[in-house]
Amino acid sequence: MSVWEYAPAPESRDLANLQPAYRPFIDGAFVDGGGDPLTSINPATEEPLAEVGTASASDVDIAVRAARAAFDTVWGPMPGAERAKYLFRIARLIQERSRELAVLETLDNGKPIKESRDSDVPTAAAHFFYHAGWADKLDYAGYGPDPKPLGVAGQIIPWNFPLLMLAWKIAPALATGNTVVLKPAETTPLSALVFAEICQQAELPAGVVNIVPGAGDIGSTLVRHPGVDKIAFTGSTAVGKEIQHALAGTATRLTLELGGKAANVVFDDAPLDQAVEGIVNGIFFNQGHVCCAGSRLLVQESIAEELLGKLRARMSTLRLGDPLDKNTDIGAINSAEQLAKIRELTASGEADGAERWTSPCELPERGFFFAPTVLSGVEQSMRVAREEIFGPVLSVLTFRTPDEAVTKANNTPYGLSAGLWTEKGSRILWLADRMRAGVVWANTFNRFDPAAPFGGYQESGFGREGGRTGLEAYLDV
Amino acid sequence: MATASSPDALADATRDETSLRRFLHGLPGVDQVGVEARAASLGTRSIKKSAKLQAIDTAISMVDLTTLEGADTRGKVRALAAKARRPDPDRPDTPPVAAVCVYPDMAATAVEALRGTDIGVASVATAFPSGRSSREVKLADVRLAVEAGATEVDMVIDRGAFLEGRYGFVFDEIRAVKEACGEAHLKVILETGELATYDNVRRASWLGLLAGGDFIKTSTGKVSPAATLPVTHVMLQAVRDWYTATGQLRGVKPAGGIRTTKDAIKYLVAVHEVAGEEWLTPSLFRFGASSLLNDLLLQRRTQHDGHYSGPDYVAVD
Amino acid sequence: MSDRVSVAKTYKLYIGGKFPRSESGRTYPVTDASGAFLANASHASRKDVRDAVSAARKAFGGWSGATAYNRGQVLYRVAEMLEGRRAQFAAEVSACEGISAADASSVVDASIDRWVWYAGWTDKVASVLGAANPVAGPYFSFTVPEPTGLVGVLAPQSSSLLGLVSVLAPVLATGCTAVVVSSADRPLPAITLSEVLATSDVPGGVANVLTGRADELGPWLASHADVNAIDPTGASAESRVDIARAASGTVKRVLRVPDAEPDWTQRPDISRLRRYLEAKTVWHPKGA
Repeated sequence: MSVWEYAPAPESRDLANLQPAYRPFIDGAFVDGGGDPLTSINPATEEPLAEVGTASASDVDIAVRAARAAFDTVWGPMPGAERAKYLFRIARLIQERSRELAVLETLDNGKPIKESRDSDVPTAAAHFFYHAGWADKLDYAGYGPDPKPLGVAGQIIPWNFPLLMLAWKIAPALATGNTVVLKPAETTPLSALVFAEICQQAELPAGVVNIVPGAGDIGSTLVRHPGVDKIAFTGSTAVGKEIQHALAGTATRLTLELGGKAANVVFDDAPLDQAVEGIVNGIFFNQGHVCCAGSRLLVQESIAEELLGKLRARMSTLRLGDPLDKNTDIGAINSAEQLAKIRELTASGEADGAERWTSPCELPERGFFFAPTVLSGVEQSMRVAREEIFGPVLSVLTFRTPDEAVTKANNTPYGLSAGLWTEKGSRILWLADRMRAGVVWANTFNRFDPAAPFGGYQESGFGREGGRTGLEAYLDV
Repeated sequence: MATASSPDALADATRDETSLRRFLHGLPGVDQVGVEARAASLGTRSIKKSAKLQAIDTAISMVDLTTLEGADTRGKVRALAAKARRPDPDRPDTPPVAAVCVYPDMAATAVEALRGTDIGVASVATAFPSGRSSREVKLADVRLAVEAGATEVDMVIDRGAFLEGRYGFVFDEIRAVKEACGEAHLKVILETGELATYDNVRRASWLGLLAGGDFIKTSTGKVSPAATLPVTHVMLQAVRDWYTATGQLRGVKPAGGIRTTKDAIKYLVAVHEVAGEEWLTPSLFRFGASSLLNDLLLQRRTQHDGHYSGPDYVAVD
Repeated sequence: MSDRVSVAKTYKLYIGGKFPRSESGRTYPVTDASGAFLANASHASRKDVRDAVSAARKAFGGWSGATAYNRGQVLYRVAEMLEGRRAQFAAEVSACEGISAADASSVVDASIDRWVWYAGWTDKVASVLGAANPVAGPYFSFTVPEPTGLVGVLAPQSSSLLGLVSVLAPVLATGCTAVVVSSADRPLPAITLSEVLATSDVPGGVANVLTGRADELGPWLASHADVNAIDPTGASAESRVDIARAASGTVKRVLRVPDAEPDWTQRPDISRLRRYLEAKTVWHPKGA
């Protein structure tokens, strides 16, 4: 057999059950939004998917009031054991509708169906399942005998993991007894609105969950609404700072999950082939649209050549193309805007003297695509070592000693995650102590679990999601 | 310590027992969770339609059709050989298998039954499957096979010696067997199920390659676990690294426990994406299997006929 | 319609995922609260105990080795199946315990909710009971709770479903496997519960249910060297001391239980979860 081409293996688009129009979900019903409708497009083809009604400022107000009423009269007084059963239902419904949700997510976001199917959707279901079990056990969570919820939570989520980020926000909020008003990202509102349908199927009481699609202005309205007790934001550091500024001096609680520029550190005694896998996963999973992406490879100088050789060979097997094809590894960049940013920063790297190597894959004619790229010979002072690219671009730097690795890894105002590759156990623990990052992955990368707290240091945000620790964000403690 | 990247370094490695140990122990470790995750992830590749047909035919051409039972008779071996020549008589465009695999005292029967074809006769040897005997007996076993006309020899390494750390002993034995093989190709069975760790599989793979094996093979099929995707993954990586270091192409053969077309295709994906497309040929990859062939034939019919087939439609061997 | 003859159920033991009769061939009659005959229940023997322990031990590796998430999913599935059989359980509990249909329904609802409560513990107990230990040296030290193994449970005599669920669910939630001796006079809900377990993805052998006499079988469980812990709830006061003494022969963990059956409707604490978990402390140096 000379050349073995994998035949196209497209997942059926019909499974997404795409509707021509979607509407905001407020107080238990789908309602016409007062804002200008937006059109959600498929970034892989640039084709319109559906029209989405957006919320106006007054819709946000209605939603917050509905959430307040639900909190005061239904959800707040409800015993935890009963709240738990609603969340278990939602978890099961997500599992039941998982294929539909995965295809829809891929259409709306551009990520490979393999990822939405095997990663995003199952993990979202797991978050609801896990948090359901806390609803009636809060006295065991370490926050005192009877910790109380905050009330109404306003939640703003990004476009990179639309359904999963929704689960990370809504599951703990509801489990702890809060009600929510959630604004999905402008470019990826669809799975949130199908989630609203799931809430209806679960017979969740009206007003407990409200979904208000819209752009940045609606997020801003929600943040500043006097009726919310809590804001949870995941997105860019720039916007996070704005929100923190706006809420300064107010009683509104805040948690932020922002950007990162994680170091993936490889020592000379690393399990090399698995380190290569971890590097690839770290920066190319989800097209690099990951806040905790391992976007800086810090490789011990003595093995740098060898590692880069293996990395390039491995990258050459990455399949870029139609996200609906089950064999696609690298899907579309989420928007034209993001693609422009990636191109600009990558060009700056070359201009600054880094050597560029791009994986030899064909880009589709239409759609927003960027081939996996490695920039080697990068130094700490280059923009590509300091600024979040949020795309499939890896910056490679070297180090000589463990101390130097730590210094370089920590030399950033970000602090979300870090990867360490070495077979020496004591070194893993020594490094873990010294990494200023909220998540340290040793000999693995991009591992997420509802039971494991996730969040950053410094400008990567504050507050944690997941685990016992993550409950704090939604409790009055 | 990084893997050796030049033929000189490799020559140094085999200079003596100490150098060999240092080299093998200096190979990078294999993270179990990582390699198993990658193997599982590659297992989700969706191979359909033309790609599937191509894979099925390729897999058939890679089968070493095997019978290794105490109860083997000349009649059984002749039946196997007939199946090897013409796997599916109603579908004459079906490719023949790569070889048959038998015990050394059955090799002559196989050779006779396959005369006039290009199908190889592989014989196991060296006190298969346990490998527990003297050097003298093992080499005599090899000569028995070769003199009977076997074109390939599947030897077993001495796992006891390996686990004792006597790598030089194992190396010398493989060398001696290779010499006794003459023109015949040598496959070195590592018996990965007994080596227990992926680190050991990597070391044994390199040991087999350094000693001159043409193929490294996972298992005898007599011990569980036999072939697995992650183990094969590690071995494919080894032959790839060997090629990078020396320019030589060596082969891999998983054996035992591969029963379905679905499994076989997963292995081919691993070959394709871990070693490279150069390895997608019977001269560099084989399946040690018996019941796999019929499942491949059934799936081949299903792809061609457009409906599911049944076991009555393919011959038993 | 009222002339239709019903098909009576045969109540057998639940061992290793199957429903065998007692190897002793014995049965005993079970009556309702007013004395009317309900069924003949298998009268389990010490050899049944032996077989159940063997099945539970075989199943332990797989069950304790599954992820906590997976165990939680399986236990929640049990709750789904229980919910589907509410009417059946209510009728059985009403007959066994001599309570009204309405009260029996409440008991069944509470049992299902109790099961859900425990299902939600599987992936949380490690966070609550485990710890990173701030030792005075360059070591990373952590303590994780691990399932102790096989638990012998003498289910309460009076509360045939809610009490039963309350003593069995915590065993499974911690990753342990169970050999349960049901209430002697009110054993039928235990077998119907076993049918639920058998159809809920609970691997065979994880839970084994024997109908019979706690005082007869308890000492055999307590002295069995391959049983790790004992819950003596269903044993009579006199028998409890013997059981505790028998348990000492292999240093078993013995759950401390009140003399009289507690009010099972009250939300339990996590003492049962704690009893069935061993704390393992691990140390590793930290150094470049």
